[in-house]
Amino acid sequence: MILVIAEHDGTALKSATRNAIAAASRIGGPIDVLVAGHDAGGAAQAAAQVAGVARALHADAPQYATPTAENLATLVVGLAAAYTHILLPATGFGKNLGPRIAALLDVAQISDIIAVESADTFVRPIYAGSAFATVQSKDATKVVTVRATGFDAAPATGGSGTVEPVAAAADGGKVQVLGQELTVSDRPELASARVVVSGGRGLQNGANFKLLEALADKLHAAIGASRAAVDAGYAPNDYQVGQTGKIVAPDLYIAVGISGAIQHLAGMKDSKVIVAINKDPEAPIFQIADYGLVGDLFEIVPQLTAELG
Amino acid sequence: MKVLVPIKRVVDFNVKVRVKPDGSGVDTANVKMSMNPFDEIAVEEAVRLKEKGVATEVVAVSCGTAACQETLRTALAIGADRALLVETEVELQPLAVAKLLRAIAERESPQLVIMGKQAIDDDANQTGQMLAALLDWPQATFASKIDIANGRATVKREIDGGLETLSMALPAVITADLRLNEPRYATLPNIMKAKKKPLEVVRPDALGVDVAPRLTTLKVVEPPKRKGGGRVADAKELVAKLRNEARVIP
Repeated sequence: MILVIAEHDGTALKSATRNAIAAASRIGGPIDVLVAGHDAGGAAQAAAQVAGVARALHADAPQYATPTAENLATLVVGLAAAYTHILLPATGFGKNLGPRIAALLDVAQISDIIAVESADTFVRPIYAGSAFATVQSKDATKVVTVRATGFDAAPATGGSGTVEPVAAAADGGKVQVLGQELTVSDRPELASARVVVSGGRGLQNGANFKLLEALADKLHAAIGASRAAVDAGYAPNDYQVGQTGKIVAPDLYIAVGISGAIQHLAGMKDSKVIVAINKDPEAPIFQIADYGLVGDLFEIVPQLTAELG
Repeated sequence: MKVLVPIKRVVDFNVKVRVKPDGSGVDTANVKMSMNPFDEIAVEEAVRLKEKGVATEVVAVSCGTAACQETLRTALAIGADRALLVETEVELQPLAVAKLLRAIAERESPQLVIMGKQAIDDDANQTGQMLAALLDWPQATFASKIDIANGRATVKREIDGGLETLSMALPAVITADLRLNEPRYATLPNIMKAKKKPLEVVRPDALGVDVAPRLTTLKVVEPPKRKGGGRVADAKELVAKLRNEARVIP
């Protein structure tokens, strides 16, 4: 039996949860989804409806409203004996939580898998995606984080799972969450957007990122950034696409003023169509771009925005 | 307050790694090695805490082969006071490293462990969280700002969609993200001084830790190559191609 730990906002599942459920389906066997939250019945209902899910286990307690890794790990470890696999989305949420669960169970974690070979063998990228390693785990429980771009999301509906309450674990009280500052945006989420427009150091400053907004508006796109642009303070860290940021694979990825360091390519090279706009014809980004456009981004981006009408 | 900073020796981020022809791994012979960049940020943060008078001692620790001494010297040159190497030729996986670090933490009794969020070779992003779990300490991963006062850490951390602020009693494990600080360059005088700082070597069995790998790597291959290189002349042609050829926009 497989347990998938849901990332959710109380009413709905974060889409990466459904990619993790898809990976669970590839392993085979009944799939339970743990929804730990406070007044998160909506998310639990949503989890039960995902294709392939047997049960949504709903743990309700105030400490799960903005849950800490400490409290969630205690809850999951209490449930773990019934499961052969524990899967989490390889998002900030899952990366924070998964290793804590694995260590408490005294097992290895298999991070960021992109394919399931068998119930104990998985494929994962290493060295910023420069190599794919096939690894086998002989641990009794496999704790696995799932890279969303490796698996098509399980359909949100079509399942006939049940919602069952499970007891919350005691609040360890180790950590207080003082608050969250979330970027408010009408744009789609970067990790799951169909179109992404990303800016790099070529934008020259943070104010110039506005140029990308007009283009992104036309395309209903999310905005991303290279690590260089984040490093330089042009864009917030949660825009970062790459080895140590977000991994995206949209239908269309437009790289603007991004040279294409391997660490950036690691985060976007599985995109269906890649467009690169850069003034340097030798920029490595052109080697992987389907459509390269050499020129001054400050001229081309407004032209492109206008062309899209 | 003592701060422990675990660091890892990795293939330098500028090196383009090559998969070995026999598929057993990547070729790390004769390539440039460096301190994992996120660990460098962690060392810098610990040294700044000492410079602010918050920390009294910064101890750098690395687990791996004798060559890691060089990486530890770099940490000493940035400003760590002394170093520890847990020396072994065994391939170390994150759980084993976390167990070694637990043993070191129990010996050294630091109030704070700061380490990189992820090593850029195995990209596992596990060791800090595992160490916190094994010690039953609170964790603050992906930190972009750390304040220490009155025996507590207040940490701003990067989460998907923004920032989260946590408060926790020490001792705790904090993992460093990109924006925490910009590490300094070690100056030549400090590099010279680092050569004289104490560096102790211990073996895993002396710490009572079983470091046998849990995961077996069956094979390592090159990822499929993406075929790119297409060019368009201008924005007009690009939009036409995206509409009519790639069909990714309406």
